[in-house]
Amino acid sequence: MSNAVLVAVDGSDGGTRALRYASERAKLNGAKLIVAYVIEWSPYSFNTPEENAERHMRREQEIERAEASVVEPAAAFLKAEDIEHETVVTHGPPAETLLKLAEKHAVQQILVGRRGQSAIKNLLFGSVAGNLIQTSPVPVVVVP
Amino acid sequence: MVRLLTTLIALCLFSSAAHAGFDETINELTAPIATAIGNIVFFKIPVFGAQLPLVVLWLVIGAVFFTFYMGFVNIGGFKHALQLVRGDYADPDSPGEVSHFQALATAVSGTVGIGNIGGVAVAVTIGGPGATFWLIVAGFLGMSTKFVECTLGVKYRQENPDGSVSGGPMYYMRKGFEERGMGGFGKFMGTFYAIGIFIGALGIGNMFQSNQAYVQLNTVAGGGLDGLGWLVGLILAAVVFAVIIGGIKSIARVTEKIVPFMAIFYCLFAIIVILMNYAAIPAAIGNIFAGAFTGEGVQGGAIGALIIGFQRAVFSNEAGIGSASIAHSAVRTPEPVTEGYVSLLEPFIDTIVICTITALVIGTSQVADPNFAGEATGVAMTSAAFERQISWFPLPLAFGALLFAFSTMISWSYYGLKGWTYLFGEGHTGQTIYKLIFCAFVALGCMVQLGPILDISDALVFLICVPNILGLYVLAPVVRAEMLSYKARLESGEIQRYSH
Repeated sequence: MSNAVLVAVDGSDGGTRALRYASERAKLNGAKLIVAYVIEWSPYSFNTPEENAERHMRREQEIERAEASVVEPAAAFLKAEDIEHETVVTHGPPAETLLKLAEKHAVQQILVGRRGQSAIKNLLFGSVAGNLIQTSPVPVVVVP
Repeated sequence: MVRLLTTLIALCLFSSAAHAGFDETINELTAPIATAIGNIVFFKIPVFGAQLPLVVLWLVIGAVFFTFYMGFVNIGGFKHALQLVRGDYADPDSPGEVSHFQALATAVSGTVGIGNIGGVAVAVTIGGPGATFWLIVAGFLGMSTKFVECTLGVKYRQENPDGSVSGGPMYYMRKGFEERGMGGFGKFMGTFYAIGIFIGALGIGNMFQSNQAYVQLNTVAGGGLDGLGWLVGLILAAVVFAVIIGGIKSIARVTEKIVPFMAIFYCLFAIIVILMNYAAIPAAIGNIFAGAFTGEGVQGGAIGALIIGFQRAVFSNEAGIGSASIAHSAVRTPEPVTEGYVSLLEPFIDTIVICTITALVIGTSQVADPNFAGEATGVAMTSAAFERQISWFPLPLAFGALLFAFSTMISWSYYGLKGWTYLFGEGHTGQTIYKLIFCAFVALGCMVQLGPILDISDALVFLICVPNILGLYVLAPVVRAEMLSYKARLESGEIQRYSH
């Protein structure tokens, strides 16, 4: 197993906290960070024809926005801290996609930020951290 | 935005103020045109005492030809279609694009509509139980037609500079014919198709839907909405406006999410009703088969039943009309034929599953009580069949009909828009003008008597089958070559299955 850690970012405060926590750890143990931004998307949603026709364009925009506003600043921060890293921006169901990335990069750990959503919201939509903890083959750290 | 809204409201108020004389004026103006166009499009030839509209014959011959020419892809491709929808062959490196499932779901919401509930009742009323058999046969053959048109839709679509896509029969006719050295003819056919789908979108994809939704609501309200068509029309138009112009995606999203569940809910309750009529099931099925070949009591006998069945099937699943290929062309795939496979599930779901279930609900009720519906026909007849067993069902059924009508309107607003942008370009202002016209017609649909206007739009939708199927014949060799090459690569393992 490589000395790599997967960090999920999404532009939220939780994501930023996870990144900072990861960078501190990486400095201590020299781990490589895989910074992943998963844009929530499901192949099984129901769309209008217009949404479908514009999908390709929207996808490019979503990726561009994620790169510019979240992933590139994160990479710049890690570079300044002199931490080895790689970035990924992809679409998919968040927990499932993070697991696939963890497998692909053979990481030792997955770091996510705590969203702090209400109990009802959790009940209705589930939580990424909750799903990860239930299904991940590697340890998951939820950064508060 | 506010200005657009006020314009729309003013337009609707104007039309409702002038309502009294409005209906008659429109009827007087359009009736002769409607009759003339109708007579041409639905030109009938007498066959064994039945009247066979040539356009129906045209569609049936096309469907039979494509079924044979594509080597019964409607049977052989069925399993692969399911695998594609499940995402087994989706490229894991490009998530976030329109999936096969999404394209299918969108196209199905466009076709599953009032026809599945009411159209079947009409077929059974006129064509007897045997019409159901031919309806299923037509659905089965229609799968091949869809396969051909949707493959072409993806293959010849146009990528716009802004990254969006436009596709459909007008594009495959123009580009496909050009490839074969018939550029001028292709251009003419494309334009003809675009005009037809634009006008058809205002009729069967719009006024017919809003009108039927109003009629249903009024029936459930016990006539409480008599004379309030303008109000229902305005509300419906406002909601459509909010979605297609206001860009309020949440309404569309909610509808698109509810419609599939409504369809499942509908089928579930239909099966319950059929089971409650269990004693009548063997007789009802027996009647379907007997009626199909004897046509007892039907004008024109078995042939009459066949014609009615085929006609209703086309109304319901739109195979041969080409509309679905507009919706399917949004999928980005290096293999256009995969979209063809997926689309063949559409007539299956729409006609073979949903229409058959409705037919059985009516058929078993008829066996149990021949006069269960009284004089009612169409949606009201189906509603009565449900009411016999589940007294409260007409209410959710009316709600379902409203949602089906709404989702069909949203889909058809897009089909018409693509006809419009083909003719007038992708300009933003032009698109807004089209959408405003569309909304005004939603309101109008609840206000005017549909008769002649619907006849014109009906005729035009059937008229666009003529160039579309002609185009399919010309381009069928392209589809066949793609299909054979794809199948060969699938067998050799060159095309990978990603999921297990």
